[in-house]
Amino acid sequence: MMLRAEGLGKRFGGVVAVDDASLTVQAGRIVALIGPNGAGKTTLFTMISGFQRPDSGRVHFDGQDITTLAPHTICKLGLTRTFQIVQPFAGLTVRENIAVGTHLHHAKRSAALNAADDIAATLGMSAMLDQPAQNLTVAGRKRLELARALATRPKLLLLDEVMAGLIPSEVAEIIPMIRAIRDKGVTILLIEHVMQAVMSLSDEAYVLAQGKMIAHGTPQEVVGNPAVIEAYLGHGAAQRLQRETQDA
Amino acid sequence: MKTRMHPGNAVVAVILIVAALLPYFVLPAAWLGLATNILVFSLLGVAWNITGGFGGMMSFGHAVLFGSGAYATAMLQLHAGINPWLAALAAMAIAAGVGTFIGALSFRYGLRGSYFALITLAFAEVFRVLASSFAMTGGGQGLSLPLATGLANMQFASRLHNYTFVLLLVVAGLVITTLVQRSRFGAYLVAIRENEAAAQALGIDTFRVKVLAMALSGAIAGAAGVAYMQTFLFVDAQIGFGTVMSFEALLGPVIGGAGTVLGPVLGAVVLHTVGELAREAIGGAPGLNLVFYGLVLLVILRFLPNGLMGLFLGQRRRPATKEQA
Repeated sequence: MMLRAEGLGKRFGGVVAVDDASLTVQAGRIVALIGPNGAGKTTLFTMISGFQRPDSGRVHFDGQDITTLAPHTICKLGLTRTFQIVQPFAGLTVRENIAVGTHLHHAKRSAALNAADDIAATLGMSAMLDQPAQNLTVAGRKRLELARALATRPKLLLLDEVMAGLIPSEVAEIIPMIRAIRDKGVTILLIEHVMQAVMSLSDEAYVLAQGKMIAHGTPQEVVGNPAVIEAYLGHGAAQRLQRETQDA
Repeated sequence: MKTRMHPGNAVVAVILIVAALLPYFVLPAAWLGLATNILVFSLLGVAWNITGGFGGMMSFGHAVLFGSGAYATAMLQLHAGINPWLAALAAMAIAAGVGTFIGALSFRYGLRGSYFALITLAFAEVFRVLASSFAMTGGGQGLSLPLATGLANMQFASRLHNYTFVLLLVVAGLVITTLVQRSRFGAYLVAIRENEAAAQALGIDTFRVKVLAMALSGAIAGAAGVAYMQTFLFVDAQIGFGTVMSFEALLGPVIGGAGTVLGPVLGAVVLHTVGELAREAIGGAPGLNLVFYGLVLLVILRFLPNGLMGLFLGQRRRPATKEQA
């Protein structure tokens, strides 16, 4: 088992952001985490990656309890996250940005920069290497976020909405890249709202709603699940939909 | 290696080399004191630049490191009779220790941006009051080293030799800065300046890198304090730990170009040369140079966000060390 999160809970004041949520990710799979806005998906990611400590529950990664470890230690163990709100090193070029990641395994500056070029090539970013990160388009920044994370040679990659804000043609471009990353042996857990991507990419999906894990299965199973439909569309929506399809 | 040297760097380097050689050939002896002063401030600026320029940690109290170096070498020589060269090394180590302590304490509690600026300023003030309160530190009178010229005593009979000594220290500081800039440590520092959360996510132990930077900056600022002590053979609490020295530490880099190798030196040279000329022209009204500093700073911040180096390197605009939560 690559990742096992058990009974994670987090509250912010009176708000319960995540409530007793568990999930497991097997090595070599692409697993999606979906749910309505504000369900607690990103909070779950921040707890798994060590940026926030859960109030309850444990996180096991690659056979080790990482619940209380710092983000940089978790990254060194092979679990790297991206940020939903992209966090480029704005004043640096694309190459320098990626090199911050490659430095984890390359002490020498020149080696890190060369490794950054290789990473950029696999993601079709070679033409942008010398551009300052702040000049990139949204699509470019999202891809840079992915490139930097990949540069740390993760075993498990946590992708937080790397397709949000992209136009369909850009989504169509990035989907095969993510699949290629998995095919090279990187396990992937992704938060995504673009259902086209979830359906075509993921082997299984978890659904989080109001902090609780309400469904788990193949993407097809999950989107047909009445509880999931209600979570997205409101109470009674599943029945109403069913009635309408029968009437039609 | 893909880090091409920008031609602007070469231009600035030539200008600075010519300026550094002036005292040997054309500069009247009366200006040698100013030139040596500029070098001491340059070295202090080089120290500030490691943390403030590359790491984005805006210290308003670098005098605490400068003063620690100056006081430590003086006290070791006066009270323990230690050889000045050994005392200098020990003073640098002590200043590095002070930097480590302040850094570890501040970063442990996540102090950044203006909070870090305030805590450093507070430390400098505490040290200033302490230094003027104890007999061991000379109280309000400060400490004077007895005149004993000779290389073994790190005191130079010729002011030009003294100038050369400080110049070598500045060159060493610039070499260290260049090594930092081309190392993983430097890349990590810049990454932390640009976005600390992203740096953590990429496996950087940001606490450790920042504390190390404070230690290195402390050692260099301590060397500046030693250079000051061996040049003027005198320090008091106001000189060593006063806010004026803290501002000298950051004015050079900010005006010259924070986060560049040569910026701190360029800033110190321009600021003090033009400041001195302005003072001569207007007549030495006390405090006028501070008004002048303020004006220069305003103009630079408004028109050259990357400092004077921005003129030579082209404006690759750096958003000035955003402190995002």
